[in-house]
Amino acid sequence: MPMMIVALVSGLLFGAGLVVSGMIDPAKVLAFLDVAGNWDPSLAFVMGTAIPIAMIGFRAARRCERPVCGDRFAAPTKSGLDARLALGAVLFGAGWGLVGYCPGPALAALSYGDPATWLFVVAMVAGMGAHSLPALRRTEQRSKA
Amino acid sequence: MDAFTPYSSAAGGALIGAAAALLWYGAGRIMGVSGIVGGLATARGSDIGWRLCFLAGLLAAPLLLWAGAGIGRPAALQASPMLLIVAGLLVGYGTRLGSGCTSGHGVCGLARLSFRSLIATGLFMASGAAVVFVARHLLGA
Repeated sequence: MPMMIVALVSGLLFGAGLVVSGMIDPAKVLAFLDVAGNWDPSLAFVMGTAIPIAMIGFRAARRCERPVCGDRFAAPTKSGLDARLALGAVLFGAGWGLVGYCPGPALAALSYGDPATWLFVVAMVAGMGAHSLPALRRTEQRSKA
Repeated sequence: MDAFTPYSSAAGGALIGAAAALLWYGAGRIMGVSGIVGGLATARGSDIGWRLCFLAGLLAAPLLLWAGAGIGRPAALQASPMLLIVAGLLVGYGTRLGSGCTSGHGVCGLARLSFRSLIATGLFMASGAAVVFVARHLLGA
């Protein structure tokens, strides 16, 4: 239960951050990506403060065996570069540049009720599902075996 | 929309960084939205609860700010349904294939000094900028 409260508060902070920073506005995102046009560098300032503050949390956690409310630190296990990382990032960037939504802001903006946002999110979840299908089949086969 | 907003963007970034720090220090989980959502497909038991709670907070915050303080709601999207579908599919599939998006790779990964995340972030920024360049300056959309 405490872990769920931590996650809820983290989600609230993240959603508020997306609104305050301007990340939730696709037009602002596209203006940031439009380096050859009327470039708006504002969103560089988002990472400029987000990364150092996140770093403090990751550094502080090194002194702990377990997270305050969780069972373990679930760090990503993959290391090294591979084609999936590169291709995935390029495909994601292309979709991001087409409309101006990445996953966090797109989900957060659902609350505003714009049908275009909903359509984008349905397609995004379908895209995620298309990638997860092979993994799901493996899980099913394992549970049957 | 051309307004340069360094202070509010930096303030919002601080909130985003605090959210990532809290989720790692408090719950031991990476704040990557594509991983949190995509992971629901294969998550079991207690691993589902915290994901849903994070998403509940993520959806509630903009609504609270808009209803309570009247801030945040951007202009409606001007994109054709076909464009929205193609972009959504690319974002969904791409973030899962590449193991992360702007939050997972761009904020948490870089804060962890992950080389994989540095490469991924550079690639999706470059790819996004290239698509905007082609759409706006070559095709004039």
